[in-house]
Amino acid sequence: MDFSLVNRYDQDNVIVGKLDQLINWARSNSPWFFQFGLACCAIEMIAAAQPRYDLERFGIMPRATPRMADIMIVSGTVTLKMASRLKRLYEQMANPKYVVSMGSCANSGGPYWQYGYHVVKGVDLVVPVDVYIPGCPPRPEALLEGLLHLKKKIREETPLRKAA
Amino acid sequence: MEFPEIVKQMEAAFPEAAVSVDETACCLLIVPERWPAVAEHLKTDPGTAFDVLMCLTGYDRGPGELLGVAYNLYSMEHAHKLEIRIETPRDDSVIPSVAHLWRTADWHEREAYDMFGITFDGHPDLRRMLLPDDWEGYPLRKDYQTPDFYHGIPIPKDKRGWE
Repeated sequence: MDFSLVNRYDQDNVIVGKLDQLINWARSNSPWFFQFGLACCAIEMIAAAQPRYDLERFGIMPRATPRMADIMIVSGTVTLKMASRLKRLYEQMANPKYVVSMGSCANSGGPYWQYGYHVVKGVDLVVPVDVYIPGCPPRPEALLEGLLHLKKKIREETPLRKAA
Repeated sequence: MEFPEIVKQMEAAFPEAAVSVDETACCLLIVPERWPAVAEHLKTDPGTAFDVLMCLTGYDRGPGELLGVAYNLYSMEHAHKLEIRIETPRDDSVIPSVAHLWRTADWHEREAYDMFGITFDGHPDLRRMLLPDDWEGYPLRKDYQTPDFYHGIPIPKDKRGWE
């Protein structure tokens, strides 16, 4: 958003910008996440939402239902049994929706990459992923960095114009 | 009671049930047919009084070999332990269930069925627990091959370049 004109026309409260920018500003500053905590990464996700690392100062609020969420943070090992439920919950989220793959299990199978017969080797085999956060588990600050990258990605979208 | 005394008492009560006795591991290998009677005796007899089943584990001796189940029993009153093992052939592995005696055996037997394919006769609800219900095969057997796909999701076998 271009705030330079505010300084010139500060009595008139005028802001000039694109409508795209306004929509993206609104969307990126309140990405509510669907807390899809599956395993150990869920603990770090919860820790990131606690007062010490505080996700909520960025507008990132946890929601327990996919219907109200913008982001799905897949934190933990996705087993083949869970994969069909994960797909169903992803489909229950309303557009625009994003998926953050947190931790090595969700990125590529994690410690179970070699012998895990029951593990989905990376959640991107089931749903499209926007941001991958490496770590086992990633520290809350790493999760925060990943979510800030996601915010940057949302700010650069073009919701009104079909993307080329 | 120490292990040799327990064995002596067991052999007196059920002479044909024991197959072998392993002193170092303190375990008793018995035949599956006599298992319900032996279990009942071990639980109710005041001298042994094994009222806690600590653990029930399935095991596979190797490809082409026998499948087995090990029961770890403990007595709160006398503070002594016993391990019972039962081994069956791979193809038709049936062991009588003891879920009616020790409730712990309920879910442990379901896990042994899920992972090894050992059927427990008389179990109230024998179905897969950890794996999805339509999974084929028994993963913890030594000759298990991981499938290539499960409902369209690939399970990669070629791991070159992954590390």
